[in-house]
Amino acid sequence: MIDTLLTAFATLLTFQHLFYMLVGVSVGLVIGVIPGLGGIAGLSLLIPFLYGMDEITALAMLIGLVAVIPTSDTFSSVLMGIPGSSASQATVLDGFPLAKQGQAARALSAAFISSMAGGIFGAIILTGFVVIARPIILSFGSAELFMLALFGLSMVAVLAGRSLAKGLAACSIGLIIGSIGGAPATGEFRMIFGFDYLYDGIPLVVVGLGFFAIPEIADLLRKNSAIASGHTLGTGWFQGFRDWWANVWLSMRCSGIGCIIGAIPGLGGSVVDWIAYGHAVQTVKKDPQFGKGDIRGVIAPESANNAMQGGALLPTMLFGIPGSGAMAVFLGGMVLLGIQPGPSMVGADLHITYSVVWSLALANVMGAGICLALAIPISKLTQIPFQRLAPFMIVLICFAAFQATRSLADLTALIGLGVLGVLMKRFGWPRPALLIGYVLAPQAETYFYQALQFNGWSFLGRPGVIIIGLMTLASIWFGLRNRVDENGQVVPKADDAPDVPSFKAHLPQIGFAVAMAVILLVAFADSLKHDFLAQVFPLSVSIIGLVMLAILIPQLVRGKTGHHAHFDAELTGDHVGQAGIGSLWGGLAWIAGLVVLTALLGFYAALLIFFPFFLIVRAKAGPVAVVLMSAAAAGFILLLAWALSLNFPSGALQDVADLPWPFR
Amino acid sequence: MENRVNIARRVMLGLAAGAMALGLAGPATAEVNLSGKTIEWIIPFSAGGGSDTWARFNAPLLSKYLPGNPVVVVVNEPGGGSTKGTNLFAARAKPDGLMLLGTSGSTQFPYLLGDPRVRYEYKDWKIAMAGPTGGVVYTTPSLGLTGPDDIAMLKDKELVYASQGATSLDLVPLLGFRLMGFDVQHVFGFKGRGDGRLSFERGEVNIDYQTSSAYIKNVQPLVEAGQAVPLFSWGVLNEAGEVVRDPTFPDLPSFVEAYQTLTGNVPSGPEYDAYFAFFTAGFPAQKMAFLPKGTPDEIVAAYQKAFEDMKTDPDYLANAEAVLGSYEQVTGALAQALFEKGTTISPELRTQVGTMLGAEYGVKLGED
Repeated sequence: MIDTLLTAFATLLTFQHLFYMLVGVSVGLVIGVIPGLGGIAGLSLLIPFLYGMDEITALAMLIGLVAVIPTSDTFSSVLMGIPGSSASQATVLDGFPLAKQGQAARALSAAFISSMAGGIFGAIILTGFVVIARPIILSFGSAELFMLALFGLSMVAVLAGRSLAKGLAACSIGLIIGSIGGAPATGEFRMIFGFDYLYDGIPLVVVGLGFFAIPEIADLLRKNSAIASGHTLGTGWFQGFRDWWANVWLSMRCSGIGCIIGAIPGLGGSVVDWIAYGHAVQTVKKDPQFGKGDIRGVIAPESANNAMQGGALLPTMLFGIPGSGAMAVFLGGMVLLGIQPGPSMVGADLHITYSVVWSLALANVMGAGICLALAIPISKLTQIPFQRLAPFMIVLICFAAFQATRSLADLTALIGLGVLGVLMKRFGWPRPALLIGYVLAPQAETYFYQALQFNGWSFLGRPGVIIIGLMTLASIWFGLRNRVDENGQVVPKADDAPDVPSFKAHLPQIGFAVAMAVILLVAFADSLKHDFLAQVFPLSVSIIGLVMLAILIPQLVRGKTGHHAHFDAELTGDHVGQAGIGSLWGGLAWIAGLVVLTALLGFYAALLIFFPFFLIVRAKAGPVAVVLMSAAAAGFILLLAWALSLNFPSGALQDVADLPWPFR
Repeated sequence: MENRVNIARRVMLGLAAGAMALGLAGPATAEVNLSGKTIEWIIPFSAGGGSDTWARFNAPLLSKYLPGNPVVVVVNEPGGGSTKGTNLFAARAKPDGLMLLGTSGSTQFPYLLGDPRVRYEYKDWKIAMAGPTGGVVYTTPSLGLTGPDDIAMLKDKELVYASQGATSLDLVPLLGFRLMGFDVQHVFGFKGRGDGRLSFERGEVNIDYQTSSAYIKNVQPLVEAGQAVPLFSWGVLNEAGEVVRDPTFPDLPSFVEAYQTLTGNVPSGPEYDAYFAFFTAGFPAQKMAFLPKGTPDEIVAAYQKAFEDMKTDPDYLANAEAVLGSYEQVTGALAQALFEKGTTISPELRTQVGTMLGAEYGVKLGED
């Protein structure tokens, strides 16, 4: 085995190998920076080059690509509050507040060093683990996977915010959104209301952008200032390195979590960052500032998501089962190269496995190095007045959203969820709790049903189930002790929430809670139409959600001033009373404008109108700036679309007229 | 001087071609030339999946062998279980040979079942190529079997199968096992056949099938280690449209042979017809490449020729096994036959399958 390891390592360090890996890393970094684009887009770019390359070199290129996407996606998460990919949604929670405090460079550096450490640590674990991985992976049956989904859901306890009832209601809404579409047991379609789009459920990227990116844009557009409020960018990457070093054990633990969750096929990569984040909140004792810009909230998910890619390699290579979306792509690439994954990957082809594992570590070093070098110049973006940056971000978000199914419906769903997101932010409903529910709903439902089919209720007695069950209980217990609210800070015991002593002022938040109850009632009514197997999950979830609201709404109505359930940023937020604050809905109206234009003219034509219009009317930019910025944006989007050979969503115009690409 | 001769010759040739096009042989002689054009190959699935890999394997070869070497790009239009991209093709493609559609069993099945999301009609299209695939059904030795001949021992056993859903490609094993009279509990919600195999290895299910290449790589070692017993291959269709042994697995009986071993009869009747329709759509005619309604015959012929010519290309020969399994992509009459068999179902059979799925598995196919 040592022999194989050394041979693999020697092949790895040849010039040709390193060169192609660098090509893969560069493509991966560029793709990762752009929200919504991930491994799938990257692979489509690299495929034409794969033909005729030797196996190891081509694999190095693919690995280079896949490994660094969770590194560079941090840029948009930290700098703009837009999750760069599903793997760095949790990074937004603390990374973006740090950028707002003018510490973008510090947050980025810490993130990149964590990514690198996570990637390397992941590779070290894999080197030993790969030989014993088969039996371990096989010991995770449907019952254990169901318990892992519950373990993931237990993170809601720590992220539930000030009001537990509100947090659980938000999580229920997430679970309901996640159960839209085909029921796993019968294939019946739930809550589709006649829309073809909903048959597949709402895509993750649309949910992530709607709940996290849009509320941030709406907020920033109201204030008309730059993202970073201070004038400095922090002390740069040395500070970031010190932050990481001070939390090296947290980083190691999160890498381990990432690696293991990645290695278990079925849970999916998009929950790893939340589990790592939750773990950080549960275990950090010294001066927690989570949600307000705690560097540990960046280190934890970033260490985990790169290690996760390593873990996800195992089921891909040993069983041919992709452990994450990027791995599905990697698997496709392997097939094109003529490499069939299977048991031989730990036997005759072990050298391929090792070269892949170590390529991964090397690619992580390359990727993090390049990103570190770019961190300080790129973080200057946060000093640009936001109204100049906003049209780029709006276009980028829409571009990211329609990567999901390439249709207008993606954008419509984005706006709908964006409205919900803005209101949840305003009324202190914890969006992370909702997202965890959304991500885990299909897993929880499917594996529960399968476990019952395979084992009956006796699945509860399986040793793996009991172990994970105890971990879940521990996680809930730690979580409830260290609960943080949406606006940072560990939940205080006393009822001293910032509040306004007037019942009338509480009406908007009461109204929102009632609206959420209506959503749950609709889900409840819809579930009654289905067979038992298809209805039991949404039915139970909507009942739990309604019970939570039955607790919450009376608290909101009758609770005295400062009750922990009360929250309305429009009454008590930092901006209240300041001059020059725009409407809460201004940002959303602009995005909706772009979507309406798209519905009429198609996306590209809409972009060409929207961009200069925004710059002139909203940003009051001069003619030269308008022309230059519009041309840059239009050219950039065109280049991307051309490279990825994609068509933009079409509008009414395209139904009547036959236009040339990119307008069709 | 030389130039003038050339010009004169070109004029003559042009006139001659014009005359032929106008009067003599009609469209058949018009040269198809796609040089400088970009061909979009619509794949109604996400990148990285089986259909996408299949198209990306074929695309550069198609470009090399089509007249004029046009650029061929694969355009992924996923959604709605592949109905979205296919609807888009049906509504948008023009008969100019610049748009091609790649379908899979998951595109054929909703069409055959009458899914309300289907707004495409296979019979409108012209087939350019069909790519067959195959698979092997296997079980566990813990049920007492030692080989395909012992299949009758499964009769009174409680079998469990990991299914991707009753309307997915796993409808073929569902109908097949029913026909054979096996008592199978189908557990739904699996993400792919790979997931199903993992479940078999974990001991959660005791009957499974894998497509040929996955079977060879992942199940053959289990068979050799005494942890799996092969039962039969689904079989392939010969030119007469009969199910025969899969040449990749000459030692394994086909589904029809296994049925005979089990019952002593040749399978027939409406239940077999229903099985046969979905089997054809799911295996022998699983991957198909179509040109839109009204595409001129010479363009179709150019595509068919390109798909034929590429078979001797070294790149094709080097990678075909890994991507396609050991099945030859076909064109012409055989492709046409597969296309017709794989996209035709009588209304009675459709209703019969729909009713059965509804009554036994709670599947609702949606209201029209």
